[in-house]
Order: sequence, then structure tokens, then C-alpha cells
Amino acid sequence: MLESIIQNLINALQWGSFYALIALGYTMVYGVLTLINFAHGDVFMVGAYIAFFVATFILGALGLPGWVALALTIPITMILTAGVGVSLERIAYRPLRRKGAHRLYVVITALMCGLILENANLAIFGASRKAFPELISVQVYTIGGVSFTNLKIAVIGTAILSFFILQWIVTKTKVGMAMRAISYDKFAVPLMGIPIDNIIVITFILGSAFAGLAGLLFAMSYPILEPYMGALIGWKAFIAAVVGGIGDIRGAFLGGFLLGAVEILVVAVFPSTYRDLIAFSVLLIILSLKPTGLFGIAKTTKI
Amino acid sequence: MKSLLQRYSVQLFLVTLGGIITYLAYQEAIGLYFLSVMMFMGVNIILSTSLNLVNGNMGEFSCGHAGFMCVGAYVSSILGVLLFSKDKIFGAPLLDPGLAVYLFPLVIIAGGIAAALAGLLVAIPSFKTRGDYLAIITIAANYIIISLVENLGVIGGSRGFMGMKKVINAMRDTVDLPWMVIWVFIFTVFTIWLLRRYNTSTFGKGVSAICQDEVAAEIMSVNTNKMKAITFMLSSGLAGVAGGLFAYIIGYVNPGSFNILKSTEVLVMVYLGGMASLSGAVMSAMFFTILLEVLRPLQIWKWVIIPLILIIVMQFRPEGIMGNRELSDVFPWMKRFYRFK
Repeated sequence: MLESIIQNLINALQWGSFYALIALGYTMVYGVLTLINFAHGDVFMVGAYIAFFVATFILGALGLPGWVALALTIPITMILTAGVGVSLERIAYRPLRRKGAHRLYVVITALMCGLILENANLAIFGASRKAFPELISVQVYTIGGVSFTNLKIAVIGTAILSFFILQWIVTKTKVGMAMRAISYDKFAVPLMGIPIDNIIVITFILGSAFAGLAGLLFAMSYPILEPYMGALIGWKAFIAAVVGGIGDIRGAFLGGFLLGAVEILVVAVFPSTYRDLIAFSVLLIILSLKPTGLFGIAKTTKI
Repeated sequence: MKSLLQRYSVQLFLVTLGGIITYLAYQEAIGLYFLSVMMFMGVNIILSTSLNLVNGNMGEFSCGHAGFMCVGAYVSSILGVLLFSKDKIFGAPLLDPGLAVYLFPLVIIAGGIAAALAGLLVAIPSFKTRGDYLAIITIAANYIIISLVENLGVIGGSRGFMGMKKVINAMRDTVDLPWMVIWVFIFTVFTIWLLRRYNTSTFGKGVSAICQDEVAAEIMSVNTNKMKAITFMLSSGLAGVAGGLFAYIIGYVNPGSFNILKSTEVLVMVYLGGMASLSGAVMSAMFFTILLEVLRPLQIWKWVIIPLILIIVMQFRPEGIMGNRELSDVFPWMKRFYRFK
């Protein structure tokens, strides 16, 4: 009994790590721009594909051993995915922001960017699923009836490490202070000499880089890639970010792990087709009890 | 004093248009393909104008419209099949199939009412939350509805539900007319008329007040909770009507066709037309349906090109085709042809 609980807990932590890493990107962009970046789930998918091509290239063309390939793939994937995120911002969102378009039109543009990424991928690379190469050999450890792999531990560890890095950046550095300032007052910040566009680009770099990392880890854990893998995970990660309290890094993390835990528990008890139904119902109940999310602060509005 | 012809010219125009389309469909002068494109256009007009009520006029951000469409589609299909046709699951028809002609609109409206009740799912959380939190609730509602249908094995689950063609055939056996064309046309006109009346009524003024400033509206004695509940129910009810028509046009429904991508399509129609513009929503729904059909030969590239077109439109005209104006604001001479403001 205890073993199965711990086993499910480890699975939940691993599954939640992906949600948490993606939810980070949503929550950071939302915190700064109050923009729901609906293309973020597809940036995650692009990250997984970039990781696939980089890893295959390094393993195949250069013939390096697996761990070297992994060490090279992680930074290259993060940089390239960040490039994708930043180009979305530069090409699609920034001109609209400059024109002062209604916020929701930017959201629709983000949705459209996501569709383009998905379907262009499908059109270019075809519908055949790609198998991700094995970079490190998976070892299974068993301690007292609980079995886990080195990959699972690595995923959970990376997620927690990313949380601390981002939390440090947002709360302790000057860039983070500027981010919080922009979310506090968008109009006064440029008057204080803070380059608002640069800060926004940095936000997109951070969010997309961690989405790329999540894509790499996801591809290593579940080594099948397909163009629509980002859509559903992206929507769910957004919901996780909202449940945690959107705009707050801690909230995104907690929400991600919570959603992972709920889904794993549902699958452990009910048939797996009930997963979405029960997971979303639980989240709706949480939101109706605490409408601003777990870490969200209700803002008072002036009339 | 306007002449009688001028006063009733809109009604006259609609009756003539409906008559011509019905006659052409009856004579089979229009191909089946064009006919179904026209019917989908009607369904899309209902969807986009009804979502426009919530997203445009009320200024909320609801992105789960397809969920309500799903409720309407399933309820009206099951009701229709249960009442008027012989089915393996439900057995013999409860009523005489000859009655299908008369009761068909009631079946569609029943689907609308069921969807309106599902709309309360969204309306009640919206009392407390707004904006992006509401977006998430509607997305979750969409997923919950689809997931619920998938898990109901009685009505086919994820395989889908069929048998609506038999109801249509029963209607054609009684009176030989292209019934689906007629009903889609009538419901489309009815929706536009209803929404126009709603927007210009006292209720509609309250809805725009909520859009401008909810707290101020509350102070000005607008009962915001009641207003939101009614508006959400009207919007989702009309989506249910659209879903019912959609189900009977295709003759087959499965939960996969009401997923979040369908909701995205409806959102695109609303924002392409311009927020809070009824004629914009109608025009963009027609434009979007035609665009989908014109680009069909491109297959998967279609879904790259359509978003690209939209992004480019957004860059040059960020407020959509019409902004928040109506067609009659752009062409003032149109105001001569209808009576109320």
C-alpha cells in the first residue's frame, strides 16, 4: 500500500514537472504583459523537435557518445527554442502592442501562431511519428518495492532546479525587479529609464528556453514525437498556471505539480478515459473556491 | 412618412432570398456541395454572432463555445432519433414519424435549451471572476463536456452517434421539400433578429455597461449577475441551436468535432469581424466559411495559410473588419430600410 503511494507520488512528480516547466513560460509572459501566450504549448513541441534534430545530428553525424550529446543538446535546444519564442514576439506580438490593439487581439494572434507552428510542422515533416534517440541508458532502481529510473529523478531534479533559478532571477536580480515593475505599472516604467522591450524579450527568452528544456526531457521520457503533442499539454499547463495563480512563479510550479498529481491519481483509481473529466472538474472546483488561484492576490479596481 | 415597400423591404428581401434558395435546392439547381457549404455558412453565422454577444458586447473572454454546441448537437440528435426513427438502441419511434415535420424545430430548440442550461456552468463562476480566469473556466468546461460525452457509452462514446438522416428522410416522406435548407435559413435569420433586438433593448444597454465598467454598472443599478446569467444562457443556447443544425446537416456527430479547435474557429470569426459588431460577425462567418472551402485543395497547408492571413489582417487592421461599427454605420443609406434604431 505504502509502496504504491510512493510509486504514484514519484510518477506524479515526474508528470507534474512537465506541466510546471511549461506553466512557467505562461506565467512569466502573463505576469509581464498580461498576455495569454497560447502559442507556448507549441513552442514546447518545437523544442522537442529541435532536440530531436540536434540529438540525431550529434549522434549520427559527429558520432559522439551519448552523454556528450546530451550535454551539447541541452544548451543548443534551449538557445534555439528561445530564438523561436523571441521571433514570435518580434514578428507577431510587438507590432500589435505598438499599435495599441485590444489585448484580446494579441491573444488571438498567439492562438494563430500556435496553429501555424503545429500545422507547418505537420506539413513539412509529415504525419509519421519520430522516435527520439536514446541519449543515456535508462537504469531502473528498486528500493523496497518502489521502482524509479534515473531519468525520472533527473526530470524532477531539473524542474526543481529551474524553479529555484527562475525564482532567484525574478526576486533577486535587477532584470527580475524590472519585470515585476512592468507588471505593476506599465506606463511609469519607461519613464524610469527601464528599456521595456528588452525586458519583454528577456521574459520570452526565459519562458521559451525552459519550454525547450521541457520538450527535451519529455522527448527523452516518452520518445515519440508528433506535431499535436504540444496543444493539449499547453492548454493543461495554462490551466495549471491559472490554478496556481497566474503571474506567480511559485503558483505555476505548485499548479503544475497539482495537475500532475490529480491526473496520476485519477488514472490509478478510475479508467484512464476519465482523466480529463475529473482533472478539469477538480481544477474548476479549486478555482470556484479561490477565484484568483492559490497564490494570486485579488486586485482592487478603482472606478 | 416612409412608403410601405421601404418599411418592409428587409422582410421582403429575406422572404424572397429564402424562397429562391429553397426553390433552387428543390429543383436541385444547386449542387449538393454548394448547398452544404451554404448551410455551414448559416451554422457559422449563428455561432459567431452568439459568441460575439459574450466576447464582443459583454467584453468577456469565453473560449469554449464548441462545448455548448456539443450539448445542443447531442440533445437534439438523441431527441430526434428517439421520437421519430427506429434505432437499435432506442427501439421503435415514440411518435409517428409523420409528425417530424411539425416538431423538428422544437427538437432543435430543446437542444438549445439544454445548451443554455450548460451555459449556467459558465455563468455562475463568471459572477466572481473575469477576463482570463473566465477563459480558463470555459476551456475547462469545453473539455469536461467532451470528456463526459466520450465516457457515455450509451450514446456511442467517442465513436459518435448517428441516425439523424432517418429523421430527415421521415420529414421528406411527409412533405417533399429541402427541409434542412429551410430550417437553417430560418434559424439563422431568427438568431440575427433576436440578437439585434437583444442588443438594442434595455438588457443590451446593461450588457454594454458591463463591458465598459462592471463596478460602475453595478452602482448604476444594473443587476450584473442576472445580466451575465441571461446573456451567457442566450449565447450558449444559440450555440446549442447551431450544434443541433450541424448534427442534422451532417447526419452524424462525434465528440471529436467539438474540440477546442472548433472553439478556436469561432473565436477567429468573432475577432476577424470586429468585437461587438453584429454585421461584422455575420460577414466574417461567411468569409471564413468560403475561405475554408476555397483553400480545401491545399490540404494541411490550409491550416498554415488561414492563420497567416489572420495574423496579417491583425497587423494592418487590428480592430477586425468592422471594428465596433455596424454595416449601417458605414453605409448610412441602409438605415432607410428598417424601422427601429
